[in-house]
Amino acid sequence: MAVVFVRPKIPKLARDPWALQFDSEGRLKHLLTIEGLGPEWVTRILDTAESFLSVTGREVKKVPLLRGRTVVNLFFESSTRTRTTFELAAKRLSADVLNLNISTSAATKGESLLDTLRNIEAMQADMFVVRHAASGAAHFIARHVEPHVSVLNAGDGRHAHPTQALLDVFTIRKIKGDFTPLRVAIVGDVLHSRVARSQIHALNTLNTGEVRVIAPRTLLPAQVEKLGVRVFHDMREGLRDVDVIIMLRLQRERMEGALLPTEDEFFRLYGLTPEKLAWAKPDAIVMHPGPANRGVEIDSEVADGPQSVILQQVSNGIAVRMAVMSLCMGGREE
Amino acid sequence: MQNLDVEALLHRMEQDLGKRIESGALHDPLMVGIHTGGVWVAERLHAALGLAEPLGKLSIAFYRDDFTHIGLHPQVSPSSLPFDIEGRNVILVDDVLYTGRTIRAAMNELFDFGRPASVVLAVLCDRPGRELPIQADVVGDTFMLDHHEQIVLRGPSPLALTIEQRASEE
Repeated sequence: MAVVFVRPKIPKLARDPWALQFDSEGRLKHLLTIEGLGPEWVTRILDTAESFLSVTGREVKKVPLLRGRTVVNLFFESSTRTRTTFELAAKRLSADVLNLNISTSAATKGESLLDTLRNIEAMQADMFVVRHAASGAAHFIARHVEPHVSVLNAGDGRHAHPTQALLDVFTIRKIKGDFTPLRVAIVGDVLHSRVARSQIHALNTLNTGEVRVIAPRTLLPAQVEKLGVRVFHDMREGLRDVDVIIMLRLQRERMEGALLPTEDEFFRLYGLTPEKLAWAKPDAIVMHPGPANRGVEIDSEVADGPQSVILQQVSNGIAVRMAVMSLCMGGREE
Repeated sequence: MQNLDVEALLHRMEQDLGKRIESGALHDPLMVGIHTGGVWVAERLHAALGLAEPLGKLSIAFYRDDFTHIGLHPQVSPSSLPFDIEGRNVILVDDVLYTGRTIRAAMNELFDFGRPASVVLAVLCDRPGRELPIQADVVGDTFMLDHHEQIVLRGPSPLALTIEQRASEE
């Protein structure tokens, strides 16, 4: 029997999708994008995450905030790290967690996205954590869920990955403190990166001194300057006086056409090696949202070196996701 | 608004706790204050009693029972218990004992750090209005207040304790 694959239809992004993130009383309800949060909410999320960080050092690594709530991880696209850190965050808040890998279940049987949604809602879910290959998927779901359900965007197409950006700025703040004097360089495949877009918004929201992108022209979106970044095509120039280097994963699976000569060529020009790292400030930190392609965008010696904070990013990710979940789900009942 | 002598209340608590420690009833205790007022009171008692180990601080924001109604309290300062409470005698300190819900939350949190041998509750002020079966062991003073009155501790230095009319509920 033939398997019918129905790709859920996702409409274009609304013009002001961020307005949807707040309820009528101005409380955060969904986290779909960094845009519209403003410095107050970003700072509030980071401060809350700071408190949650202390929970992981205890004998019982759990607090009872979300006891009795159900969080559904709705992953239409595979991901290990993001899903597991969301799962761990929910469990440390005492919520029940359901992991649904839709790409391998209902969607392949022809069920529409809304049908899937209605079915999960009927299971009394309180929060959906959504990852989808289409930009705007989380917004679409947020617009159609029951009023008591919160939606967190765990990555939608090339659009946004807000919790990743929040954990990145959280990591930077823990190490560097104030953002105003900092130069931050985002390196590599900005074109296909939802992470880069969210990072740029988060860094600019926090008044970062200078946000740079370093990439070949073919891997930059058109008019990337409009996001508030300085554009470099050369690593030596771009890394000069930089405090934070964020390497992006080369999204080989998203490459269409001849955007790149070869991976070797890319590594030679843009791969972060100890030699290139020496062009940045001596105390510069190296970040990567993972999973890293070693030998493509980052040398193992740098990824595992003393300036790398890649593993700290992962543990900080749990605290940041706990913060977002509890801020979105608190105070709903009258 | 009525000003109260906070030093006299602290002195009474210190005397009571001192006697318990001397008599051996409260052997080698740890002290834990509840954010924010409880920490101020605990800081004073901790210094006066000359306890060896540092003061612990509990922020009960993640344990409150009103989370579903009012959400997460802003500016949550993290709990810090810079010692192992397993098998120890703990003095839990707060400024005002009223409904008992804060103490319920604080004890739940305390037990997520380990299993203390005993917990005694020391409060600067006791007042009627309990909603849970919780009583203090050491009390600075008891105030027979109506529900429209509240005790407010301001600090940390100097500490000022006042009885005020609660802002009218809209």
